[in-house]
Amino acid sequence: MNEYLVEIRNERLSFFTPAGEVKALNDVSLHVREGEVLGIVGESGSGKSVTSYSLMGLTAHPGRLIGGDIYFNGHHINKMSERELREIRGNEVSIIFQDPMTSLNPVFTVGNQIREVILMHTNKSRKEANERARELLQLVGINEPEKRLKQYPHELSGGMRQRVMIAIALACEPKLLIADEPTTALDVTIQAQIIELMMNLREKMGMSIILITHDLGVVAGMCDRIAVMYAGKVIESGTADEIFYQPSHEYTKGLLLSVPNINDREHKQLVPIEGLPVDMLNPPAGCPFAPRCRSCMKICLSTMPSYTKLSEEHYSACWLLDKAKFEGQSEVQHD
Amino acid sequence: MIENNKLLEIQHLKQYFPVKSEQFFEKKVVKAVDDVSFHINKGETLGLVGESGCGKTTTGRTLLRLHEPTGGKIFYDGKDITHVNMLPYRRKMQIVFQDPYASLNPRMTVGDIVGEAIDIHHLAANAQERRERIVELLSLVGLNTEHANRYPHEFSGGQRQRVGIARALAVSPEFIVCDEPISALDVSIQAQVVNMFEELQQRMGLTYLFISHNLSVVKHISNRIGVMYLGKLVELADNYELTFHSVHPYTRSLISAIPIADPKVSRSTKRIVLEGDVPSPVNPPSGCRFRTRCFYADEQCAVEEPVWKEVSAGHFAACHHLDRVQ
Repeated sequence: MNEYLVEIRNERLSFFTPAGEVKALNDVSLHVREGEVLGIVGESGSGKSVTSYSLMGLTAHPGRLIGGDIYFNGHHINKMSERELREIRGNEVSIIFQDPMTSLNPVFTVGNQIREVILMHTNKSRKEANERARELLQLVGINEPEKRLKQYPHELSGGMRQRVMIAIALACEPKLLIADEPTTALDVTIQAQIIELMMNLREKMGMSIILITHDLGVVAGMCDRIAVMYAGKVIESGTADEIFYQPSHEYTKGLLLSVPNINDREHKQLVPIEGLPVDMLNPPAGCPFAPRCRSCMKICLSTMPSYTKLSEEHYSACWLLDKAKFEGQSEVQHD
Repeated sequence: MIENNKLLEIQHLKQYFPVKSEQFFEKKVVKAVDDVSFHINKGETLGLVGESGCGKTTTGRTLLRLHEPTGGKIFYDGKDITHVNMLPYRRKMQIVFQDPYASLNPRMTVGDIVGEAIDIHHLAANAQERRERIVELLSLVGLNTEHANRYPHEFSGGQRQRVGIARALAVSPEFIVCDEPISALDVSIQAQVVNMFEELQQRMGLTYLFISHNLSVVKHISNRIGVMYLGKLVELADNYELTFHSVHPYTRSLISAIPIADPKVSRSTKRIVLEGDVPSPVNPPSGCRFRTRCFYADEQCAVEEPVWKEVSAGHFAACHHLDRVQ
């Protein structure tokens, strides 16, 4: 019935904090095809992690889904009970987190933590599960797997722990792997190892990946499509090439200009995005990026633009794409 | 051009920290910085890059004497400051820390945080002058008067880092150690802070030691770059020379590992992926410390420590196999 493995339609999710309602996701729509790598790029607080956690039915208190539909692999996620969700988590969809130290349990051995997933979701015996755990460690490039199975997380280095996390995530050969800033806590040379490992595994196992990151370099190398988020909205999405070579939203353009490129042969002045990140308790009325936008018009401050379709895959929410309509409307000067 | 006079120089700087050992009487140390020498010219930015645990932060702190060096010498403006009273030099040498959440006292207003340095060094004659100076400093880093009465928790990460910079500037220093000043910030804010460092340098003739693990940013802001690995400086050169004509195998793999924000380039380039992890600094490998991960390593590397030599004018490296790498 569905050409997509994951489809999120008009998701709205709010955190009801003592200070007021934080609209963490405001009308987010996304999709992921089978075997595809989708990159979600955005700053802290843009809602990129919240989106993908809600896909597993993981929304932390005091957050609540207040609208929209989430479909994954034929399941209607937001209509499922906690019990049904547990069947899926770690089985059809799994996740790796940013910090492998805090996401592994320090009081259980590596082997114990890998076996747990296998025993929970399959009918394998303990012995078979142990055998599978050993295979998995080999798969993620850990040498001496026999010895590692008996070790505790603190005995492993950061890169090694992240490999263990990946092994746990892949234990049941999921259809979808969510990688939430998988390399942010790692050094560049280790980051390169983990990226290479993830790409190899995708080829071998054919799963889809949602990669959440703020690092444009990492998405450029890994993703087929990219969604750019800002203040709880997807403001632009398209293929990797479209986003990098024909960015159409002012925020995306700004992001691309604000990072130095190691291959530049002369000193280029960086062009920062001026202003401050959005205060999610009091978001602006119109386009959330308007207060920081260089080409902000009057309409931007009052009304959120709808998506303009630029190509088969490329969508962008910006009034400038309709600029003809607003000809003569003066640009707003920020102080 | 930069005048060729050294503002700061370190010679064979060593910083060892004691660690707990399994045997009671055995004394073990981590050689966090081991025999590092470089100089920084007036008005210049020297970048220091390396992975976590390579000793770049310790180098920055030791040359400010925030740690007492285990060995070696530190010269500031031609004077040996290795053992002198630092108070007069604190006015000239300052530091901006990595984490703007941990380095600002949550119980002090921003005005007092910036004003504390003014008080310590008696830089203001009266309260009026102090207030004016604080306002001036805040506007220098893009904050306004009203911000002086607020507390750090009321600010975003980028603004806090600006407060940290204003505090460093309060004593009108000549030299600032920037210790990973942008790593904790969002991408769109990083560029603001990098540009501000550049503007302040031009306006006030500052000299920086810019420490970061992000080679792209270091290359952008620095005149020269030093690369550290396990407490040793392995290569030092002009920023373009280092990024495009590096000679040390570690520098090469470090550059190759940087993800490029350009899909076509990153699809077409083959990465050098280093195997394994950085060894423990308590038991560093014998000889060349990089040999356990190096593609060129042989018996000589295990026995003999490579010497620091000049490859071309102003370009230094320490490796036994420079000819083979090139």
